[in-house]
Amino acid sequence: MAPEEAAVLVSRISRRFGTVEAVREVSFAVAPGEIFGLVGPDGAGKTTILRMLAGVLAPDSGELRLDGIDVRAAPEQAKPRLSYMPQRFGLYEDMTVAENILFYATLFAVPGRERRERGQELLRAAGLEPFRRRLAGQLSGGMKQKLGLVCALIHTPRVLLLDEPTTGVDPVSRRDFWAILYGLRESGVTIVLSTAYMDEAERCSRLALLHAGRIQACDTPAGLKAAMPGALLAVAGTDPRGMHDALAGAPGVQGLLLMGDHVHVRVDDAARRAPELRASLAAQGFAPSSIMEIEPGIEDIFVALLGAKARP
Amino acid sequence: MFDRLQAMLMKEFLELRRDRWAMFRLVVPLLIQTLAFGYAATFTVRHVATALLDLDNSQASRGLISRFVATGRFNIVDVATRASEITRDLDSGRATAAIVIHAGFARDLANGQTAPLQVNVDGTNSNTALIALGYISQIVSLYESEHLPTIRPVSTMDAVPAVELSLAERPWFNPGIEDTWFFIPGIIGTITLIQVVSLTAFAIVREREVGTLEQIMVSPIRPVEFILGKTVPFFLIGLGDVALVTAFGVLWFHVPFVGNPLIMLLGASLFLLAALGLGLLLSTLSRTQQQAFALNFFLVNPLFILSGFAFPIAAMPAWLRWLTVINPLRYFLVVIRAVFLKGVGITVLWPDLSAMALLALALLGLSVLRFRKSLD
Ligand SMILES: Nc1ncnc2c1ncn2[C@@H]1O[C@H](COP(=O)(O)OP(=O)(O)O)[C@@H](O)[C@H]1O
Ligand SMILES: [Mg+2]
Repeated sequence: MAPEEAAVLVSRISRRFGTVEAVREVSFAVAPGEIFGLVGPDGAGKTTILRMLAGVLAPDSGELRLDGIDVRAAPEQAKPRLSYMPQRFGLYEDMTVAENILFYATLFAVPGRERRERGQELLRAAGLEPFRRRLAGQLSGGMKQKLGLVCALIHTPRVLLLDEPTTGVDPVSRRDFWAILYGLRESGVTIVLSTAYMDEAERCSRLALLHAGRIQACDTPAGLKAAMPGALLAVAGTDPRGMHDALAGAPGVQGLLLMGDHVHVRVDDAARRAPELRASLAAQGFAPSSIMEIEPGIEDIFVALLGAKARP
Repeated sequence: MFDRLQAMLMKEFLELRRDRWAMFRLVVPLLIQTLAFGYAATFTVRHVATALLDLDNSQASRGLISRFVATGRFNIVDVATRASEITRDLDSGRATAAIVIHAGFARDLANGQTAPLQVNVDGTNSNTALIALGYISQIVSLYESEHLPTIRPVSTMDAVPAVELSLAERPWFNPGIEDTWFFIPGIIGTITLIQVVSLTAFAIVREREVGTLEQIMVSPIRPVEFILGKTVPFFLIGLGDVALVTAFGVLWFHVPFVGNPLIMLLGASLFLLAALGLGLLLSTLSRTQQQAFALNFFLVNPLFILSGFAFPIAAMPAWLRWLTVINPLRYFLVVIRAVFLKGVGITVLWPDLSAMALLALALLGLSVLRFRKSLD
């Protein structure tokens, strides 16, 4: 993609807080209509990147462009085009759902006659219409996030920045939320979001894996998986933790990750190592119920890149 | 611009209306503090426990004693017959003051000589004692001025004082003014300052804490619009405070209001702008409501002490006096007391009014500048 076509262009931005280098030389470009995911453990720098994109935090160095507009030089031009939903969207809890929407609509200079119509439409899409008159403080966590999204979308932004929008939201609301995001993408809105959920990361069109303020890898989910060295075996059994420890240092094992009742074992050659691992576990008194080759998830890729401590 | 400001104001109004306790929190502490200050914080001392020893036992001495009793400020707890009883009364704490009229008082007074009157006060509560002493000297000098002309030829009047008191009176004691009159106008400034500074600081810090501030800042709103939206309601609340306490002082405590209400309005407006600037500045220095609370606490006390509300500025060491120069409350107290009690106008008050205008400008300017930076 040519730089001038990018809806969001980030080149070599850095930001430090005192001695903490929160973001170091981060660059990426997002095409119009993409859903771009920032994935990384706590403290990786996701929020800092999004805040700089939103223009509430100035980078120490680097360049940021939204729709070709330099965010640092012309923030007033960039603001009407973008929308930023912080990790915890600021709703006025003493005001009703409708009052919150009207407030943000006026703040973003949505023309009077459009306010009602667009608010209505968004509320319907979010399934919040029956709660128009309820105080925002009395909504559930999931409904609050959806109301935040409605407020963030009221001025029809071209670029939507979402910081962990579904953290702490129940699965049903999360599904609704993603349905809205897909709908937005259809209408050409560019979305940059950060997430701690791996299943959510897989729904993005492209991902940047962040660690300690740096991008470790950036590609489509499929591209990232294809690029992972070696193959992945899932070992199931009654004592996954014991098996995890027993397999450390076995020949051909490049990485181990405990995933619930499975152990994910990254090996150089799946066909050759699967029987070896079974034998080695049996010799140590474990009886694995199955050992299968699987598709790696985003978490496996992270661990493959950075080791187990970087697990998001 | 106008739309966004209107939206901000509408929002503030809605939040205030939804907050069931808001009116209670705004008004009740105000009234309680006014009442507390109006009744308790006063230089007036009543019912001083007093022991009497009249060794002259003349018409003149009894006349003087009846004056003491008539004021209602002295409770005669003991009419002694010997000096040792007086000492005992003071030592045991039964009496705070003792008045001894020595033998020959009437004769000396009639002869135009120095008539001996001794006053002993219990120095452990020096404030009360000195105030009591002030009353005593006032009563005595009144008595003296009433009796002398008929007793003594006018020509010798400006010789030695007829009644000699053993202790001097406090220079600041000003028996001409009712103390409530002095205090109530002061309370208006002090309470309004406390309320407006803390309301402003807390309101903005709360938006920061809840996350709505960041949300608003990504909108095309300008910091000035946001600040106006946040401060106009508190400006109005502050004016309401001033009006309420003024009405209370005039109607309840019968403080005279002899000046021009428009000058009061001008002074109050300038003062409120400075207070809002201070509140804003506080909000840019605090990340959390706790921090704002602590800062507010540290700020309000010195402002109060260095205002001349209760402690005269002239009596402060030079470096403290310099600090009072940047205290808006100092100027407002001058304006408000002058408007209330003296009725003087702009011609006299313009230095104080300009000082407040300058402070307001500086504080608001500084806080708007800092406000931008504090968003990072
Ligand atoms: N306002 C700030 N002041 C000081 N340090 C900060 C601030 N914001 C973020 N940081 C630090 O920068 C690093 C990255 O933080 P952040 O961007 O919030 O990460 P993430 O959102 O991925 O959890 C962390 O080490 C965090 O402590
Ligand atoms: Mg974060």
